[in-house]
Amino acid sequence: MSEDHAKFDEMYEPDGSVRSAYAGYSDWFTAQDANWLKRKHRDAETSFRKTGITFNVYGEDEAEERLIPFDMVPRVIAAAEWRKLTRGIEQRVSALNAFMHDLYHRQEIIRAGRVPERLFRHNNAWLQQMVGFTPPGGVYTHIVGIDLVRTGPNDWYVLEDNARTPSGVSYMLENRETMMGMFPELFSQVGVETVSNYPRRLAKSLAACAPEATRGKPNVAVLTPGIYNSAYFEHAFLADQMGAELVEGSDLRVVDGRVQMRTTKGYEPVDVIYRRVDDDYLDPLTFDPNSVLGIPGIMDVYRSGGVTIANAPGTGVCDDKAVYSFMPEIVEFYTGEKPLLPNVQTWRCADDDSLAYVLDNLEELVVKEVHGSGGYGMLIGPTSSKKEIAKFRKKLTANPTNYIAQPTLSLSTTPIFTRKGLTPRHVDLRPFVLVSPDGIDITPGGLTRVALKEGSLVVNSSQGGGTKDTWVLKD
Amino acid sequence: MLGRTANGLFWMFRYLERAENTARLLDAGLRMALTRDHTDAADEWRSVIVASGQKAAYEAKFDEYVGSDVWNFILRDRDNPANILSTFEQVRTNARLVRNAISTELWEAINEGWMQLRADMVRPVAQGNLGKVVADIRRAGMQAHGAMQNSILRDAGFHFARAGTLVERGDSIARILDIKYYLLLPSLSYVGSSLDKGQWDNVLRSVSGDRAYRWLHAGQIDARGIVEFLVLDERFPRSLAFCHSDLRDNLAALERIHKNEVLSTELMRKADMRMNDTTIDDVFEQGLHQFLIDFINSNSAIAAAISEDYRFVD
Repeated sequence: MSEDHAKFDEMYEPDGSVRSAYAGYSDWFTAQDANWLKRKHRDAETSFRKTGITFNVYGEDEAEERLIPFDMVPRVIAAAEWRKLTRGIEQRVSALNAFMHDLYHRQEIIRAGRVPERLFRHNNAWLQQMVGFTPPGGVYTHIVGIDLVRTGPNDWYVLEDNARTPSGVSYMLENRETMMGMFPELFSQVGVETVSNYPRRLAKSLAACAPEATRGKPNVAVLTPGIYNSAYFEHAFLADQMGAELVEGSDLRVVDGRVQMRTTKGYEPVDVIYRRVDDDYLDPLTFDPNSVLGIPGIMDVYRSGGVTIANAPGTGVCDDKAVYSFMPEIVEFYTGEKPLLPNVQTWRCADDDSLAYVLDNLEELVVKEVHGSGGYGMLIGPTSSKKEIAKFRKKLTANPTNYIAQPTLSLSTTPIFTRKGLTPRHVDLRPFVLVSPDGIDITPGGLTRVALKEGSLVVNSSQGGGTKDTWVLKD
Repeated sequence: MLGRTANGLFWMFRYLERAENTARLLDAGLRMALTRDHTDAADEWRSVIVASGQKAAYEAKFDEYVGSDVWNFILRDRDNPANILSTFEQVRTNARLVRNAISTELWEAINEGWMQLRADMVRPVAQGNLGKVVADIRRAGMQAHGAMQNSILRDAGFHFARAGTLVERGDSIARILDIKYYLLLPSLSYVGSSLDKGQWDNVLRSVSGDRAYRWLHAGQIDARGIVEFLVLDERFPRSLAFCHSDLRDNLAALERIHKNEVLSTELMRKADMRMNDTTIDDVFEQGLHQFLIDFINSNSAIAAAISEDYRFVD
């Protein structure tokens, strides 16, 4: 783990020579005029503002739209490396789906004593309403984002599973568009796998999960909380690219046992809803009665086979970090194989021994809330002050089951472009995975998030991270 | 198409038209004010506020009509909820709402226009910049219309957008004419005076009709000719007759697309017949004011029927 490796840079060997995956890019880069590159660097931001690829930040004074900074140096993954990753991701995602099905049915894995009951008993995302029900096509996680980090030439780890509603795919697509617009000649020099067919693959994958009630070609719609949601741009973008309707809760109602949308011609059934609304807000009759974002009665329609909801309600169970800590057992239980992609070593603070270790080593560790996301509510020991650590220690001892801890990984770096030239920054990777009865489909690429501050390990966009175009090289 | 999307397109283009019309009014006012002395300039600025329908809001805040107060009030003052910057922001908000029903070209035209206007109006606008700001508003409008003409699928969405433009335009022209005729002149004895002529010229400018009118009427400014031009001349894209006939075509197209007969088309048909049977003599005989009020009411009844017919809201 981190102790075993010095910092690993994906572009440069320790002796400064260029690694083979980056050879093509490096040749191109060194042949460019430095001032021209600087101009391009500035142009990128203007282009993003015009396109309107922005996200809203909660808690700002005005509902300000901000850009996620884009870095114009691509993150490159060799073909052979990617093949290895996809095998590991496929294995993990099929295990996640099998686990969801089991958890909401016979719970064999708990009976077999491989994971404790508290995984669902103490899980906010667990939905009693899903017990005994199988979603159309048996698919729970139609769209998954598996967050990967790298620490060495052959050392990739899964940092997080995003099975609820992984976001960021629009950046994967727009980053590529921007790169192709800025540096078209680069793409004729280096063979890069395309990502731009992701919306088509998504539309196809969703249509393959249409419910029994569908008549004719499945009608797919993207359900958004509306224009004030931080990811609205992505919702509109995906609907646009898929040729699907972008709907809000107020456009939908249950009519004649189907979920129907109010069109200028009257009510028309929707077969598959790619929802970007959380479970809690989905159906005021079943969940939060105050929700105005959802559709009263949609859960009844869902349970009677009248509509597909993607991802299935209750899949958030898998985003829980306590579940994460059991993923090696889960993968093995359902696939009969050892996990191809390892977890980051994780201490569950629910266990007394682990808690004792974590408390003794807080200044070395990263401690996360089991239900947390977005980089909030976590402690990064090595970069925290004594005071912050003391404060966190109190929270941790008060409610240990709420936390897991991991070693502070020395994440790999790739260069970013600055006015002074290339300089290394830490990155992670979120590939996007589609699941349908036809199989698991992984688009070659993903979202690379990059910490823009020197030495920082936090790549979340809400905490000042940026993004890069991610290249999977052709063979 | 979703009813909500149709609503968004309709209002996006109503607001765009409103922003443009207000900018034209301001532009014409500025021109008039520059050609007059101090006291008369105040009258001109007052008439701009009156014509834009913001008299009460303005007078609640200011005691006198000073140019820079007036244009900043109209352009960017938060105490004026209909200021051009917020109106344009409404355009953009609606464009975001219907983002996947409009082309990238149209979205970018709106978004870039909005970015430009926001930059223009970060601070109060000085006289030296007023011309540029007004030009930027008009350019933003033209770019949006151009992008729409050349990139939008001619299906229901196009016709809803167009209907929004035409409903707003008809309403705005009728109001400007009405205010001019009944409110702007100090008394009837001014009819035909140079002040009167100037006011009419101003009306023409505020609908960008001065050039076309001069061409058709050999440069002669007279009230009757101008009213006939702005009410009945179907060739001019900012006449009531043009708005009517174009709106009629759009509603007919919507009816064809939706394959059912609806109230809005029926109301439109009746209004259109009335307009076709009207001569300029009829207008003055009936009284221009009454004619315009009837037009405004019929126009808003059609707008309400469109919203109802095509399920804009639940």
